[in-house]
Amino acid sequence: MGIISRGFGGRRRDSAPDLPPGQYLTHDFPVLSAGPTPRIPLDRWSFTITTEAGQKHTWDWARFTALPSEEITRDIHCVTKWSKLGTTWKGVSLDTLFADVETAADYVMAHSKGGYTTNVPLEDLLDGQAWIAYEFDGEPLDPEHGGPARLLIPHLYFWKSAKWVNGLEMMHEDEPGFWEAAGYHMYGDPWHEQRYQGD
Amino acid sequence: MELDGNALAGDLAEVFAVEMTTARFTCAGCRHADAVATLRVWTRAPGVVARCPSCGDVVLSLVRTPARVVLTLTGTARLELPV
Ligand SMILES: [Zn+2]
Repeated sequence: MGIISRGFGGRRRDSAPDLPPGQYLTHDFPVLSAGPTPRIPLDRWSFTITTEAGQKHTWDWARFTALPSEEITRDIHCVTKWSKLGTTWKGVSLDTLFADVETAADYVMAHSKGGYTTNVPLEDLLDGQAWIAYEFDGEPLDPEHGGPARLLIPHLYFWKSAKWVNGLEMMHEDEPGFWEAAGYHMYGDPWHEQRYQGD
Repeated sequence: MELDGNALAGDLAEVFAVEMTTARFTCAGCRHADAVATLRVWTRAPGVVARCPSCGDVVLSLVRTPARVVLTLTGTARLELPV
């Protein structure tokens, strides 16, 4: 599957980039926001996976950052048409966070501080495809970019990589999150240009 | 007598032609009511998001696609429009 090899963007930076359809290359990191930027003290941060049976798996900042972390280098693609190649992150794989979670549900709603939501199939979060990231470019993640920690799902449009994520809720049916209910695509694959409902 | 949605055409044409900033919204979350111009608006996003100045909930959002404008009013309990 091509998405994996496309992830190592750093090597390609000087050649003509292979961007998804309709995207342009940017070198800065635009900040998009649909509300005030929350400032979340680390001693009040937590992250919870809630199963369809109501079982909760919760990490505070100390337990979360004690988990094995990974260095991640991936291209990212925003639905507003910018792409940024070879971004580097540090975070905890969702495979690690789901290791002890028993679920038969196929869909996930991500929840963020401030009320933002976005829906993702569980299979897109597993097998080395998604992380809860807490460093960008070797520094703690800025609040403007979703810090202390954000979801990182680089193979989908970046609105799926919820900033300030504080929970994942398992769902049997796929339900729309914030932008999905407002006209955006339920899945959001940049390589198939799934921007809007009906694309 | 029950009619179909075509019967709304005249009334809705009037509603959507008005100067919206002087319209009044009522927030579905906290029932705060004020002029649309008092909403707190974010535009550097995949769409335009307008939040209640009292509780911060999203009152409305507007997404422009190449073919449509999608106005979502989930957070709006009521709009009052001058005619
Ligand atoms: Zn309100």
